[in-house]
Amino acid sequence: MNLNPWLLFSYLVASTLFILALQGLSSPVHARRGNLLGSLGMLIAVVATLGFSQILTFRWIAIGLMIGSAIGAAMSIWIPMTKMPERIALSHSFGGLAAALVGVSEYHHRMSGEGIDRFTMGALGLEVFLGFLTFTGSLMAFGKLQGLITGAPVTYRGQNASNIALFFGALVLLVLVVTDPSRAILFYATGVIGLAVGVLAVIPIGGADMPVVISLLNSYAGLASAATGFALGNYVLIIAGALDGTSGLLLSLKMSQAMNRSFANVLFGAFGGKVETAAGGPAGPAANYNLATVEDAVGVLQAAQKVIVVPGYGMAVSQAQHTVRELAQVLEVNGATVKYAIHPVAGRMPGHMNVLLAEANVPYDQLYDLDDINDEFARTDVALVVGANDVVNPAAKTNPGSPIYGMPVFNVDESRAVIVLKRSMNTGFAGIENDLFVQPNTMMVLGDAKKTLRELLAGVKEEAA
Amino acid sequence: MSNELLFGLYIFVLAGFLGHHVISKVPPLLHTPLMAGTNAISGISLVGSLVAAGGGYGKLSTVLGFVAVICATINTVGGFLITDRMLRMFKRKRPGDRA
Repeated sequence: MNLNPWLLFSYLVASTLFILALQGLSSPVHARRGNLLGSLGMLIAVVATLGFSQILTFRWIAIGLMIGSAIGAAMSIWIPMTKMPERIALSHSFGGLAAALVGVSEYHHRMSGEGIDRFTMGALGLEVFLGFLTFTGSLMAFGKLQGLITGAPVTYRGQNASNIALFFGALVLLVLVVTDPSRAILFYATGVIGLAVGVLAVIPIGGADMPVVISLLNSYAGLASAATGFALGNYVLIIAGALDGTSGLLLSLKMSQAMNRSFANVLFGAFGGKVETAAGGPAGPAANYNLATVEDAVGVLQAAQKVIVVPGYGMAVSQAQHTVRELAQVLEVNGATVKYAIHPVAGRMPGHMNVLLAEANVPYDQLYDLDDINDEFARTDVALVVGANDVVNPAAKTNPGSPIYGMPVFNVDESRAVIVLKRSMNTGFAGIENDLFVQPNTMMVLGDAKKTLRELLAGVKEEAA
Repeated sequence: MSNELLFGLYIFVLAGFLGHHVISKVPPLLHTPLMAGTNAISGISLVGSLVAAGGGYGKLSTVLGFVAVICATINTVGGFLITDRMLRMFKRKRPGDRA
Protein backbone atom coordinates (compact mmCIF):
# COMPACT_ATOMS: atom_id res chain seq x y z
CA MET A 1 0.00 0.00 0.00
CA ASN A 2 1.49 3.32 -1.05
CA LEU A 3 0.97 5.87 1.63
CA ASN A 4 1.97 9.48 1.57
CA PRO A 5 5.18 10.02 3.62
CA TRP A 6 3.57 12.90 5.51
CA LEU A 7 0.75 10.57 6.45
CA LEU A 8 3.20 7.93 7.67
CA PHE A 9 5.08 10.52 9.66
CA SER A 10 1.87 11.81 11.26
CA TYR A 11 0.99 8.26 12.23
CA LEU A 12 4.37 7.86 13.88
CA VAL A 13 3.74 11.03 15.91
CA ALA A 14 0.28 9.77 16.83
CA SER A 15 1.64 6.38 17.95
CA THR A 16 4.25 8.07 20.12
CA LEU A 17 1.61 10.25 21.73
CA PHE A 18 -0.57 7.19 22.41
CA ILE A 19 2.29 5.48 24.22
CA LEU A 20 2.94 8.65 26.24
CA ALA A 21 -0.76 8.69 27.14
CA LEU A 22 -0.51 5.18 28.60
CA GLN A 23 2.72 6.04 30.35
CA GLY A 24 0.98 8.97 32.03
CA LEU A 25 -1.44 6.56 33.65
CA SER A 26 1.32 5.20 35.89
CA SER A 27 0.43 7.94 38.37
CA PRO A 28 -2.67 10.05 38.96
CA VAL A 29 -0.40 13.11 38.96
CA HIS A 30 0.48 12.91 35.24
CA ALA A 31 -2.52 10.99 34.01
CA ARG A 32 -4.59 13.91 32.78
CA ARG A 33 -1.72 15.38 30.79
CA GLY A 34 -1.13 11.97 29.25
CA ASN A 35 -4.74 11.69 28.24
CA LEU A 36 -4.52 15.10 26.61
CA LEU A 37 -1.47 13.97 24.64
CA GLY A 38 -3.40 10.88 23.53
CA SER A 39 -6.27 12.97 22.22
CA LEU A 40 -3.80 15.23 20.45
CA GLY A 41 -2.35 12.12 18.78
CA MET A 42 -5.81 11.13 17.64
CA LEU A 43 -6.46 14.58 16.22
CA ILE A 44 -3.18 14.51 14.29
CA ALA A 45 -3.94 11.06 12.89
CA VAL A 46 -7.43 12.04 11.77
CA VAL A 47 -6.44 15.36 10.23
CA ALA A 48 -3.51 13.73 8.42
CA THR A 49 -5.79 10.98 7.10
CA LEU A 50 -8.27 13.53 5.79
CA GLY A 51 -5.52 15.59 4.22
CA PHE A 52 -3.12 13.03 2.80
CA SER A 53 -5.09 9.95 1.76
CA GLN A 54 -7.22 9.53 -1.29
CA ILE A 55 -10.53 10.76 0.00
CA LEU A 56 -12.96 11.88 -2.67
CA THR A 57 -16.08 12.91 -0.81
CA PHE A 58 -16.17 14.49 2.59
CA ARG A 59 -19.91 14.81 3.01
CA TRP A 60 -20.61 11.52 4.78
CA ILE A 61 -17.40 11.78 6.75
CA ALA A 62 -18.40 15.19 8.09
CA ILE A 63 -21.89 14.04 9.01
CA GLY A 64 -20.54 10.88 10.66
CA LEU A 65 -17.95 12.81 12.64
CA MET A 66 -20.58 15.22 13.87
CA ILE A 67 -23.07 12.54 14.89
CA GLY A 68 -20.37 10.45 16.54
CA SER A 69 -18.93 13.41 18.43
CA ALA A 70 -22.36 14.43 19.69
CA ILE A 71 -23.22 10.90 20.90
CA GLY A 72 -19.75 10.35 22.35
CA ALA A 73 -19.80 13.65 24.23
CA ALA A 74 -23.31 13.01 25.54
CA MET A 75 -22.34 9.52 26.69
CA SER A 76 -19.36 10.93 28.56
CA ILE A 77 -20.64 14.10 30.14
CA TRP A 78 -23.95 12.96 31.56
CA ILE A 79 -23.42 9.32 32.42
CA PRO A 80 -23.29 8.69 36.19
CA MET A 81 -20.04 7.16 37.45
CA THR A 82 -21.93 4.17 38.85
CA LYS A 83 -22.81 3.27 35.24
CA MET A 84 -19.19 3.16 34.12
CA PRO A 85 -19.10 -0.62 33.46
CA GLU A 86 -22.15 -0.31 31.21
CA ARG A 87 -20.59 2.66 29.45
CA ILE A 88 -17.35 0.80 28.82
CA ALA A 89 -19.15 -2.32 27.61
CA LEU A 90 -21.09 -0.22 25.09
CA SER A 91 -17.97 1.44 23.77
CA HIS A 92 -16.30 -1.95 23.28
CA SER A 93 -19.28 -2.94 21.17
CA PHE A 94 -18.94 0.22 19.06
CA GLY A 95 -15.23 -0.46 18.61
CA GLY A 96 -15.92 -4.04 17.51
CA LEU A 97 -18.65 -2.96 15.10
CA ALA A 98 -16.49 -0.24 13.53
CA ALA A 99 -13.66 -2.72 12.90
CA ALA A 100 -16.02 -5.33 11.46
CA LEU A 101 -17.75 -2.88 9.13
CA VAL A 102 -14.45 -1.53 7.83
CA GLY A 103 -13.45 -5.15 7.20
CA VAL A 104 -16.60 -5.90 5.20
CA SER A 105 -16.21 -2.68 3.24
CA GLU A 106 -12.58 -3.41 2.44
CA TYR A 107 -13.38 -6.97 1.33
CA HIS A 108 -16.14 -5.75 -0.93
CA HIS A 109 -13.97 -3.00 -2.39
CA ARG A 110 -10.96 -5.23 -3.05
CA MET A 111 -12.98 -8.09 -4.49
CA SER A 112 -14.59 -5.75 -7.02
CA GLY A 113 -11.17 -4.47 -8.03
CA GLU A 114 -7.61 -5.59 -7.52
CA GLY A 115 -8.41 -8.81 -5.67
CA ILE A 116 -7.04 -9.94 -2.32
CA ASP A 117 -3.81 -11.72 -1.45
CA ARG A 118 -3.97 -14.50 1.10
CA PHE A 119 -2.35 -12.60 3.89
CA THR A 120 -4.72 -9.65 3.62
CA MET A 121 -7.60 -12.09 3.42
CA GLY A 122 -6.55 -13.72 6.68
CA ALA A 123 -6.32 -10.36 8.40
CA LEU A 124 -9.72 -9.30 7.05
CA GLY A 125 -11.30 -12.56 8.17
CA LEU A 126 -9.90 -12.21 11.67
CA GLU A 127 -10.91 -8.58 11.79
CA VAL A 128 -14.49 -9.32 10.85
CA PHE A 129 -14.75 -12.36 13.14
CA LEU A 130 -13.27 -10.61 16.18
CA GLY A 131 -15.09 -7.37 15.43
CA PHE A 132 -18.53 -8.96 15.28
CA LEU A 133 -17.74 -11.19 18.27
CA THR A 134 -16.77 -8.12 20.32
CA PHE A 135 -19.86 -6.29 19.10
CA THR A 136 -22.46 -8.82 20.26
CA GLY A 137 -20.42 -10.03 23.25
CA SER A 138 -20.16 -6.50 24.60
CA LEU A 139 -23.84 -5.87 23.95
CA MET A 140 -24.63 -8.98 26.02
CA ALA A 141 -22.31 -7.79 28.78
CA PHE A 142 -24.07 -4.42 28.66
CA GLY A 143 -27.47 -6.13 28.87
CA LYS A 144 -26.36 -8.15 31.88
CA LEU A 145 -24.94 -5.13 33.68
CA GLN A 146 -27.97 -3.01 32.90
CA GLY A 147 -30.31 -5.80 34.03
CA LEU A 148 -31.93 -6.10 30.59
CA ILE A 149 -31.04 -9.79 30.64
CA THR A 150 -30.46 -11.89 33.71
CA GLY A 151 -27.10 -11.43 35.41
CA ALA A 152 -27.14 -15.08 36.40
CA PRO A 153 -25.37 -17.59 34.13
CA VAL A 154 -27.62 -18.96 31.38
CA THR A 155 -26.66 -22.56 30.80
CA TYR A 156 -27.89 -25.52 28.79
CA ARG A 157 -26.68 -28.99 27.99
CA GLY A 158 -23.74 -29.23 25.63
CA GLN A 159 -23.15 -25.48 25.86
CA ASN A 160 -19.37 -25.55 26.04
CA ALA A 161 -19.09 -28.24 23.40
CA SER A 162 -21.28 -26.33 20.95
CA ASN A 163 -19.46 -23.03 21.63
CA ILE A 164 -16.10 -24.63 21.03
CA ALA A 165 -17.43 -26.30 17.89
CA LEU A 166 -18.67 -22.94 16.60
CA PHE A 167 -15.33 -21.35 17.33
CA PHE A 168 -13.39 -23.99 15.45
CA GLY A 169 -15.98 -23.91 12.70
CA ALA A 170 -15.17 -20.23 12.23
CA LEU A 171 -11.46 -21.04 12.09
CA VAL A 172 -12.06 -23.67 9.41
CA LEU A 173 -14.11 -21.20 7.36
CA LEU A 174 -11.34 -18.67 7.78
CA VAL A 175 -8.76 -21.08 6.41
CA LEU A 176 -11.05 -21.96 3.48
CA VAL A 177 -11.66 -18.34 2.56
CA VAL A 178 -7.94 -17.62 2.76
CA THR A 179 -7.27 -20.37 0.22
CA ASP A 180 -9.89 -18.85 -2.07
CA PRO A 181 -10.87 -15.26 -1.20
CA SER A 182 -13.52 -15.14 -3.90
CA ARG A 183 -15.87 -17.33 -1.88
CA ALA A 184 -17.75 -14.43 -0.37
CA ILE A 185 -20.32 -16.65 1.30
CA LEU A 186 -17.62 -18.18 3.50
CA PHE A 187 -16.32 -14.74 4.42
CA TYR A 188 -19.74 -13.52 5.48
CA ALA A 189 -20.43 -16.79 7.31
CA THR A 190 -17.31 -16.16 9.41
CA GLY A 191 -18.78 -12.82 10.42
CA VAL A 192 -22.15 -14.36 11.26
CA ILE A 193 -20.48 -17.00 13.43
CA GLY A 194 -18.60 -14.17 15.16
CA LEU A 195 -21.95 -12.55 15.97
CA ALA A 196 -23.28 -15.84 17.35
CA VAL A 197 -20.17 -16.67 19.38
CA GLY A 198 -20.30 -13.23 21.01
CA VAL A 199 -23.80 -13.91 22.31
CA LEU A 200 -23.33 -17.56 23.23
CA ALA A 201 -19.97 -17.11 24.95
CA VAL A 202 -21.15 -14.33 27.26
CA ILE A 203 -24.58 -15.61 28.39
CA PRO A 204 -23.12 -18.39 30.61
CA ILE A 205 -20.94 -15.91 32.52
CA GLY A 206 -22.29 -14.57 35.80
CA GLY A 207 -22.44 -10.94 36.93
CA ALA A 208 -19.60 -11.28 39.45
CA ASP A 209 -17.25 -12.39 36.66
CA MET A 210 -17.91 -9.26 34.61
CA PRO A 211 -14.52 -7.68 35.43
CA VAL A 212 -12.81 -10.51 33.55
CA VAL A 213 -15.26 -10.48 30.66
CA ILE A 214 -15.10 -6.72 30.16
CA SER A 215 -11.29 -6.83 30.21
CA LEU A 216 -11.26 -9.67 27.72
CA LEU A 217 -13.66 -7.87 25.38
CA ASN A 218 -11.38 -4.85 25.69
CA SER A 219 -8.57 -7.05 24.48
CA TYR A 220 -10.63 -8.43 21.55
CA ALA A 221 -11.60 -4.91 20.49
CA GLY A 222 -7.90 -4.05 20.40
CA LEU A 223 -7.01 -7.17 18.44
CA ALA A 224 -9.79 -6.38 15.94
CA SER A 225 -8.23 -2.94 15.46
CA ALA A 226 -4.79 -4.50 15.00
CA ALA A 227 -6.21 -6.91 12.41
CA THR A 228 -7.69 -3.88 10.62
CA GLY A 229 -4.19 -2.43 10.62
CA PHE A 230 -2.78 -5.60 9.02
CA ALA A 231 -5.52 -5.63 6.39
CA LEU A 232 -5.03 -1.97 5.48
CA GLY A 233 -1.24 -1.97 5.89
CA ASN A 234 -1.66 0.79 8.45
CA TYR A 235 0.93 0.76 11.24
CA VAL A 236 -0.73 3.18 13.64
CA LEU A 237 -3.71 0.83 13.76
CA ILE A 238 -1.40 -2.12 14.44
CA ILE A 239 0.33 -0.25 17.26
CA ALA A 240 -2.84 1.10 18.89
CA GLY A 241 -4.51 -2.30 18.54
CA ALA A 242 -1.53 -4.08 20.09
CA LEU A 243 -1.52 -1.64 23.02
CA ASP A 244 -5.25 -2.06 23.59
CA GLY A 245 -5.00 -5.83 23.15
CA THR A 246 -2.21 -6.26 25.69
CA SER A 247 -3.90 -3.89 28.12
CA GLY A 248 -7.13 -5.88 28.07
CA LEU A 249 -5.29 -9.18 28.28
CA LEU A 250 -3.18 -8.02 31.21
CA LEU A 251 -6.23 -6.73 33.05
CA SER A 252 -8.19 -9.92 32.53
CA LEU A 253 -5.22 -11.99 33.77
CA LYS A 254 -5.02 -9.80 36.86
CA MET A 255 -8.74 -10.17 37.45
CA SER A 256 -8.61 -13.94 37.09
CA GLN A 257 -5.69 -14.10 39.50
CA ALA A 258 -7.64 -11.97 41.98
CA MET A 259 -10.30 -14.66 41.90
CA ASN A 260 -7.79 -17.53 41.90
CA ARG A 261 -9.35 -18.90 38.77
CA SER A 262 -8.06 -19.75 35.36
CA PHE A 263 -9.28 -18.05 32.22
CA ALA A 264 -10.89 -21.28 31.12
CA ASN A 265 -12.76 -21.54 34.38
CA VAL A 266 -14.19 -18.04 34.05
CA LEU A 267 -15.12 -18.50 30.39
CA PHE A 268 -16.52 -21.99 30.56
CA GLY A 269 -17.25 -22.50 34.26
CA ALA A 270 -20.69 -20.79 34.37
CA PHE A 271 -19.78 -19.75 37.90
CA GLY A 272 -22.61 -19.24 40.34
CA GLY A 273 -24.90 -21.59 38.49
CA LYS A 274 -24.20 -24.57 40.71
CA VAL A 275 -25.14 -23.64 44.24
CA GLU A 276 -25.05 -27.23 45.41
CA THR A 277 -21.25 -27.27 45.27
CA ALA A 278 -21.25 -24.63 47.99
CA ALA A 279 -22.58 -27.05 50.58
CA GLY A 280 -19.20 -27.30 52.32
CA GLY A 281 -19.92 -24.40 54.66
CA PRO A 282 -21.75 -24.50 57.97
CA ALA A 283 -25.09 -26.21 57.51
CA GLY A 284 -28.10 -23.92 57.50
CA PRO A 285 -26.46 -20.88 59.09
CA ALA A 286 -29.39 -18.64 58.18
CA ALA A 287 -30.70 -18.50 61.75
CA ASN A 288 -27.37 -17.60 63.38
CA TYR A 289 -26.87 -14.14 61.96
CA ASN A 290 -26.20 -11.46 64.48
CA LEU A 291 -28.73 -8.93 63.27
CA ALA A 292 -27.91 -5.51 64.65
CA THR A 293 -29.75 -2.21 64.80
CA VAL A 294 -28.33 1.08 63.57
CA GLU A 295 -27.93 2.17 67.22
CA ASP A 296 -25.70 -0.83 68.00
CA ALA A 297 -23.55 -0.07 64.98
CA VAL A 298 -23.31 3.63 65.89
CA GLY A 299 -22.00 2.67 69.33
CA VAL A 300 -19.26 0.51 67.86
CA LEU A 301 -18.26 3.09 65.24
CA GLN A 302 -18.25 5.86 67.83
CA ALA A 303 -15.68 4.01 69.93
CA ALA A 304 -13.46 3.00 67.02
CA GLN A 305 -9.98 4.45 66.57
CA LYS A 306 -9.16 2.60 63.40
CA VAL A 307 -11.74 1.92 60.71
CA ILE A 308 -11.36 0.18 57.34
CA VAL A 309 -14.16 0.51 54.80
CA VAL A 310 -14.54 -2.39 52.36
CA PRO A 311 -16.78 -1.34 49.47
CA GLY A 312 -18.36 -3.74 46.99
CA TYR A 313 -20.83 -3.76 44.14
CA GLY A 314 -23.65 -3.03 46.63
CA MET A 315 -22.17 0.42 47.17
CA ALA A 316 -22.41 1.12 43.45
CA VAL A 317 -25.97 -0.20 43.24
CA SER A 318 -27.26 2.06 45.99
CA GLN A 319 -24.94 4.94 44.89
CA ALA A 320 -23.74 5.18 48.48
CA GLN A 321 -20.20 6.44 47.81
CA HIS A 322 -20.92 10.03 48.86
CA THR A 323 -22.57 8.95 52.11
CA VAL A 324 -19.64 6.62 52.82
CA ARG A 325 -17.27 9.56 52.50
CA GLU A 326 -19.45 11.79 54.74
CA LEU A 327 -19.50 9.11 57.44
CA ALA A 328 -15.74 8.63 57.14
CA GLN A 329 -15.16 12.35 57.53
CA VAL A 330 -17.26 12.53 60.69
CA LEU A 331 -15.35 9.57 62.10
CA GLU A 332 -12.07 11.29 61.24
CA VAL A 333 -13.18 14.44 63.01
CA ASN A 334 -13.87 12.20 66.01
CA GLY A 335 -10.22 11.19 65.90
CA ALA A 336 -10.40 7.88 64.07
CA THR A 337 -8.27 6.97 61.06
CA VAL A 338 -10.26 5.70 58.09
CA LYS A 339 -8.84 3.70 55.20
CA TYR A 340 -10.51 2.05 52.25
CA ALA A 341 -9.67 -1.49 51.18
CA ILE A 342 -10.27 -2.08 47.47
CA HIS A 343 -10.30 -5.61 46.08
CA PRO A 344 -9.26 -5.94 42.42
CA VAL A 345 -12.58 -7.56 41.51
CA ALA A 346 -14.86 -5.46 43.72
CA GLY A 347 -17.61 -4.11 41.50
CA ARG A 348 -18.19 -4.96 37.88
CA MET A 349 -15.00 -3.78 36.20
CA PRO A 350 -11.35 -3.23 37.11
CA GLY A 351 -10.96 -0.12 39.24
CA HIS A 352 -14.72 0.43 39.57
CA MET A 353 -14.65 1.21 43.31
CA ASN A 354 -11.68 3.59 43.00
CA VAL A 355 -13.53 5.72 40.48
CA LEU A 356 -16.68 5.87 42.60
CA LEU A 357 -14.79 6.87 45.74
CA ALA A 358 -12.76 9.43 43.78
CA GLU A 359 -16.04 10.85 42.54
CA ALA A 360 -17.12 11.19 46.18
CA ASN A 361 -13.94 13.20 46.86
CA VAL A 362 -12.17 10.49 48.81
CA PRO A 363 -8.44 11.33 48.46
CA TYR A 364 -6.73 8.54 46.57
CA ASP A 365 -4.02 8.11 49.20
CA GLN A 366 -6.74 6.66 51.45
CA LEU A 367 -7.47 3.87 48.94
CA TYR A 368 -5.46 0.68 49.50
CA ASP A 369 -4.96 -2.44 47.43
CA LEU A 370 -5.41 -5.93 48.78
CA ASP A 371 -1.72 -6.58 49.48
CA ASP A 372 -1.11 -3.19 51.04
CA ILE A 373 -3.80 -3.36 53.67
CA ASN A 374 -4.54 -6.99 54.41
CA ASP A 375 -2.20 -7.18 57.42
CA GLU A 376 -3.88 -4.20 59.01
CA PHE A 377 -7.26 -5.78 59.67
CA ALA A 378 -5.88 -7.57 62.74
CA ARG A 379 -5.12 -4.16 64.25
CA THR A 380 -8.41 -2.59 63.22
CA ASP A 381 -11.33 -1.77 65.49
CA VAL A 382 -14.09 -1.82 62.91
CA ALA A 383 -14.24 -3.18 59.39
CA LEU A 384 -17.22 -1.59 57.67
CA VAL A 385 -18.32 -3.78 54.76
CA VAL A 386 -20.52 -1.85 52.34
CA GLY A 387 -22.20 -4.16 49.86
CA ALA A 388 -19.24 -6.50 49.44
CA ASN A 389 -19.65 -10.24 49.81
CA ASP A 390 -17.30 -12.74 48.18
CA VAL A 391 -14.20 -10.58 48.71
CA VAL A 392 -14.67 -10.75 52.49
CA ASN A 393 -15.68 -14.41 52.71
CA PRO A 394 -13.26 -16.27 55.02
CA ALA A 395 -14.35 -19.56 53.42
CA ALA A 396 -11.89 -18.66 50.64
CA LYS A 397 -9.12 -19.17 53.21
CA THR A 398 -10.49 -21.99 55.33
CA ASN A 399 -12.98 -24.12 53.43
CA PRO A 400 -11.49 -26.27 50.64
CA GLY A 401 -15.05 -27.24 49.64
CA SER A 402 -16.02 -23.68 48.80
CA PRO A 403 -16.15 -22.67 45.13
CA ILE A 404 -14.10 -19.58 45.94
CA TYR A 405 -11.46 -21.46 47.97
CA GLY A 406 -8.02 -20.01 47.29
CA MET A 407 -9.27 -16.63 46.13
CA PRO A 408 -7.33 -13.86 47.90
CA VAL A 409 -9.78 -12.14 50.26
CA PHE A 410 -9.60 -9.40 52.87
CA ASN A 411 -8.86 -10.58 56.42
CA VAL A 412 -11.94 -8.72 57.58
CA ASP A 413 -12.70 -11.54 60.01
CA GLU A 414 -9.58 -10.62 61.99
CA SER A 415 -10.74 -7.13 62.93
CA ARG A 416 -12.17 -6.53 66.38
CA ALA A 417 -15.65 -5.84 65.09
CA VAL A 418 -17.24 -6.16 61.66
CA ILE A 419 -20.25 -4.20 60.49
CA VAL A 420 -21.80 -5.57 57.32
CA LEU A 421 -24.26 -3.43 55.38
CA LYS A 422 -26.27 -5.66 53.13
CA ARG A 423 -29.57 -5.39 51.31
CA SER A 424 -30.92 -8.75 52.46
CA MET A 425 -29.68 -12.14 53.59
CA ASN A 426 -29.80 -13.56 50.08
CA THR A 427 -26.52 -14.99 48.90
CA GLY A 428 -24.42 -12.79 46.60
CA PHE A 429 -24.08 -13.06 42.84
CA ALA A 430 -21.87 -16.08 43.21
CA GLY A 431 -24.57 -17.77 45.29
CA ILE A 432 -22.23 -18.75 48.10
CA GLU A 433 -22.90 -18.70 51.85
CA ASN A 434 -20.62 -16.29 53.68
CA ASP A 435 -19.10 -17.54 56.94
CA LEU A 436 -18.23 -13.97 57.93
CA PHE A 437 -21.88 -13.20 58.53
CA VAL A 438 -22.19 -15.80 61.30
CA GLN A 439 -19.09 -14.78 63.22
CA PRO A 440 -19.84 -13.61 66.77
CA ASN A 441 -18.07 -10.26 66.22
CA THR A 442 -20.03 -9.49 63.06
CA MET A 443 -23.03 -7.18 63.12
CA MET A 444 -25.38 -7.44 60.18
CA VAL A 445 -27.31 -4.27 59.39
CA LEU A 446 -29.82 -5.04 56.66
CA GLY A 447 -31.35 -2.58 54.24
CA ASP A 448 -30.37 -0.25 51.41
CA ALA A 449 -26.72 0.71 51.99
CA LYS A 450 -27.24 4.41 51.37
CA LYS A 451 -30.20 4.63 53.74
CA THR A 452 -28.38 2.71 56.47
CA LEU A 453 -25.30 4.88 56.03
CA ARG A 454 -27.40 8.04 56.36
CA GLU A 455 -28.83 6.71 59.63
CA LEU A 456 -25.35 5.77 60.85
CA LEU A 457 -24.12 9.23 59.92
CA ALA A 458 -26.95 10.93 61.80
CA GLY A 459 -26.35 8.66 64.79
CA VAL A 460 -22.61 9.26 64.96
CA LYS A 461 -23.10 13.02 64.56
CA GLU A 462 -25.66 13.03 67.37
CA GLU A 463 -23.39 11.09 69.72
CA ALA A 464 -20.53 13.43 68.95
CA ALA A 465 -22.57 16.56 69.63
CA MET B 1 5.60 -14.31 3.36
CA SER B 2 5.60 -10.77 2.08
CA ASN B 3 7.76 -8.05 3.56
CA GLU B 4 4.69 -6.03 4.36
CA LEU B 5 3.41 -8.81 6.58
CA LEU B 6 6.78 -9.12 8.28
CA PHE B 7 6.99 -5.40 8.99
CA GLY B 8 3.49 -5.50 10.37
CA LEU B 9 4.34 -8.43 12.64
CA TYR B 10 7.53 -6.73 13.81
CA ILE B 11 5.55 -3.71 14.83
CA PHE B 12 2.75 -5.73 16.39
CA VAL B 13 5.08 -7.83 18.53
CA LEU B 14 7.22 -4.90 19.65
CA ALA B 15 4.18 -2.75 20.42
CA GLY B 16 2.74 -5.64 22.41
CA PHE B 17 5.87 -5.89 24.56
CA LEU B 18 5.97 -2.14 24.98
CA GLY B 19 2.31 -2.16 25.96
CA HIS B 20 2.95 -4.89 28.52
CA HIS B 21 5.81 -2.88 29.97
CA VAL B 22 3.91 0.40 30.16
CA ILE B 23 0.62 -1.05 31.33
CA SER B 24 2.18 -3.15 34.11
CA LYS B 25 3.06 0.16 35.73
CA VAL B 26 -0.52 1.39 35.86
CA PRO B 27 -1.74 1.06 39.47
CA PRO B 28 -5.08 -0.69 40.16
CA LEU B 29 -6.32 2.73 41.28
CA LEU B 30 -6.43 3.79 37.63
CA HIS B 31 -7.62 0.57 35.98
CA THR B 32 -10.97 2.02 34.93
CA PRO B 33 -9.43 5.13 33.33
CA LEU B 34 -6.90 2.79 31.69
CA MET B 35 -9.69 0.81 30.09
CA ALA B 36 -11.51 3.95 28.99
CA GLY B 37 -8.27 5.43 27.66
CA THR B 38 -7.15 2.37 25.68
CA ASN B 39 -10.66 2.21 24.32
CA ALA B 40 -10.32 5.77 23.05
CA ILE B 41 -6.92 4.97 21.54
CA SER B 42 -8.16 1.87 19.76
CA GLY B 43 -10.81 4.12 18.25
CA ILE B 44 -7.97 4.92 15.86
CA SER B 45 -9.75 2.45 13.58
CA LEU B 46 -11.52 5.72 12.74
CA VAL B 47 -8.81 6.39 10.15
CA GLY B 48 -9.77 3.15 8.38
CA SER B 49 -13.44 4.14 8.56
CA LEU B 50 -12.71 7.55 7.05
CA VAL B 51 -11.12 6.01 3.98
CA ALA B 52 -13.99 3.53 3.62
CA ALA B 53 -16.60 6.29 3.92
CA GLY B 54 -14.94 8.80 1.63
CA GLY B 55 -12.69 6.81 -0.69
CA GLY B 56 -15.34 6.49 -3.37
CA TYR B 57 -15.44 2.70 -3.04
CA GLY B 58 -19.09 2.44 -4.02
CA LYS B 59 -22.39 2.70 -2.22
CA LEU B 60 -22.00 -0.28 0.12
CA SER B 61 -18.58 0.83 1.33
CA THR B 62 -19.79 4.37 1.83
CA VAL B 63 -22.72 3.22 3.97
CA LEU B 64 -20.62 0.79 6.03
CA GLY B 65 -17.87 3.36 6.36
CA PHE B 66 -20.35 6.01 7.44
CA VAL B 67 -21.69 3.81 10.26
CA ALA B 68 -18.12 2.87 11.21
CA VAL B 69 -17.13 6.55 11.33
CA ILE B 70 -19.99 7.21 13.76
CA CYS B 71 -19.05 4.24 15.99
CA ALA B 72 -15.34 5.02 16.02
CA THR B 73 -15.93 8.73 16.64
CA ILE B 74 -18.16 7.90 19.60
CA ASN B 75 -15.25 5.92 21.03
CA THR B 76 -12.50 8.43 20.39
CA VAL B 77 -14.34 11.60 21.39
CA GLY B 78 -16.30 9.91 24.16
CA GLY B 79 -13.34 7.87 25.36
CA PHE B 80 -10.97 10.78 25.84
CA LEU B 81 -13.68 12.91 27.42
CA ILE B 82 -14.76 10.31 29.96
CA THR B 83 -11.17 9.40 30.80
CA ASP B 84 -10.48 13.06 31.51
CA ARG B 85 -13.66 13.33 33.57
CA MET B 86 -12.56 10.39 35.69
CA LEU B 87 -8.96 11.51 36.06
CA ARG B 88 -10.10 14.96 37.16
CA MET B 89 -11.74 13.32 40.19
CA PHE B 90 -8.60 11.67 41.55
CA LYS B 91 -7.23 14.02 44.18
CA ARG B 92 -4.65 13.73 46.87
CA LYS B 93 -5.59 14.84 50.38
CA ARG B 94 -5.10 18.56 50.99
CA PRO B 95 -4.88 20.16 54.44
CA GLY B 96 -8.10 22.11 54.00
CA ASP B 97 -10.15 19.06 53.01
CA ARG B 98 -11.27 18.00 56.45
CA ALA B 99 -14.87 18.82 57.25
